[in-house]
Amino acid sequence: MEPIRLQTPLTVADTAALRAGQTCLISGIIYTARDSAHKRLVEMLEKGEELPFAPRGQLIYYVGPCPAPPGRVIGSAGPTTSTRMDVYTPAMLAAGVRGVIGKGDRSQEVVQALMQHKAVYFGAIGGAGALIAKSIVQAEVVAFPDLGPEAVHRLQVKEMPAIVIIDSLGQNFYTLGRAEYSKR
Amino acid sequence: MRIKAEKISAAVAQLCIEANRVLPEDVYTALAKAAETEESPVGRQMLSSILENARIARTEQMPICQDTGMAVVFVELGQELRVEGDLYEAINAGVAKGYTEGYLRKSVVRHPLDRVNTGDNTPAVVHLRLVPGNKMKITVAPKGFGSENMGGIAMLKPAQGRKGVVDFVTSVVEAAGANPCPPIIVGVGLGGTMEYATFLAKRALLREVGTPAANPLDRELELEISGEINKLGIGPQGFGGTVTAFAVHVESYPTHIAGLPVAVNINCHAARHKDIVLEGEEE
Repeated sequence: MEPIRLQTPLTVADTAALRAGQTCLISGIIYTARDSAHKRLVEMLEKGEELPFAPRGQLIYYVGPCPAPPGRVIGSAGPTTSTRMDVYTPAMLAAGVRGVIGKGDRSQEVVQALMQHKAVYFGAIGGAGALIAKSIVQAEVVAFPDLGPEAVHRLQVKEMPAIVIIDSLGQNFYTLGRAEYSKR
Repeated sequence: MRIKAEKISAAVAQLCIEANRVLPEDVYTALAKAAETEESPVGRQMLSSILENARIARTEQMPICQDTGMAVVFVELGQELRVEGDLYEAINAGVAKGYTEGYLRKSVVRHPLDRVNTGDNTPAVVHLRLVPGNKMKITVAPKGFGSENMGGIAMLKPAQGRKGVVDFVTSVVEAAGANPCPPIIVGVGLGGTMEYATFLAKRALLREVGTPAANPLDRELELEISGEINKLGIGPQGFGGTVTAFAVHVESYPTHIAGLPVAVNINCHAARHKDIVLEGEEE
């Protein structure tokens, strides 16, 4: 099946049309954030402060990359386990974020929030950080440099592969895939 | 015979870098085999990308995974070898050097609650064992926490027996789902005491993939657990499939008449470790 090409920023129509199990190639700007960055971003939202980037239409990638070796824009950069961000995700989606990229299952609250905002949870290949780094053409830290690998990076990506894990209807590719191959 | 701290540091630094860049041959071969036997087309595609990633990491000298782990260091120290300097300091100096010079991610925080990054990935977790002889074997196993977080321990009743063990290990893997980056290696520590069972589970991850346990009871258990886990349907990356675990390693130890400890330590497909044997010099 031909992959779906997505160019960020995304519209509601873009994400609402995606379905669990579809393969996508993402191009454009995406932002990184994981545990500590999420904590700060959501605190800023709660205080009514402006985020270090405009969240509307954006994708958040759950990653703490390796340092860039000489001659490269970034080190290995695969996804981290998403469930640790579950408590923060509904607030990020409410702020206008159209989707998040990570790996592993999500809470029921996150599924509800994805459905409510017609947003999408994408999976990148866990443990394929060297391969994924090849689709990152530019990287710069835009917030919280004190957090080191957990700082918010602005990444320019070209055809970054991702699979729709949970779509805006709440369909879950993990559940569908497991049901097909379970022999218990 | 003696060995200088600096020599140990230099070796550890090199091991940290190599372990993170080069997937062990046995692991690569097992994943390549899984790519042939996996029934799910998406699963085969995931395995193909995982193998491509390992090749890129090796040839372009990049870490296999951005989670370059907490450094777990196993030391087998010959009891006739005298370490000149502080062994633990020497290991940590090596970890700091390796993680800095190898452009590896620094993922260690100084306290579990205040969570301030130590900046150089130290300290390592060191398991020291005295052995006969005058050499020193060092194994560095960088452990990512996507998989580390998904382990578990149960203090079963002896009456629960083999079925209890199989059910517990399978339930831990089932609950982990896609989180530990399947396909996985499952390390099982059976017996001993609570802390020793978890140590055995960790050490089981170092065994060469494809080599069965020495004890026939453990060997049978490995086959049975492997069969049950691969019926779960989790598959590569959790997208469904027939290869959820590409190896199950059981290590056992005598235990108490009242107990049946069983620990599970999961490793992602990037099962990284590298070792070296250092020789001493004449005093």
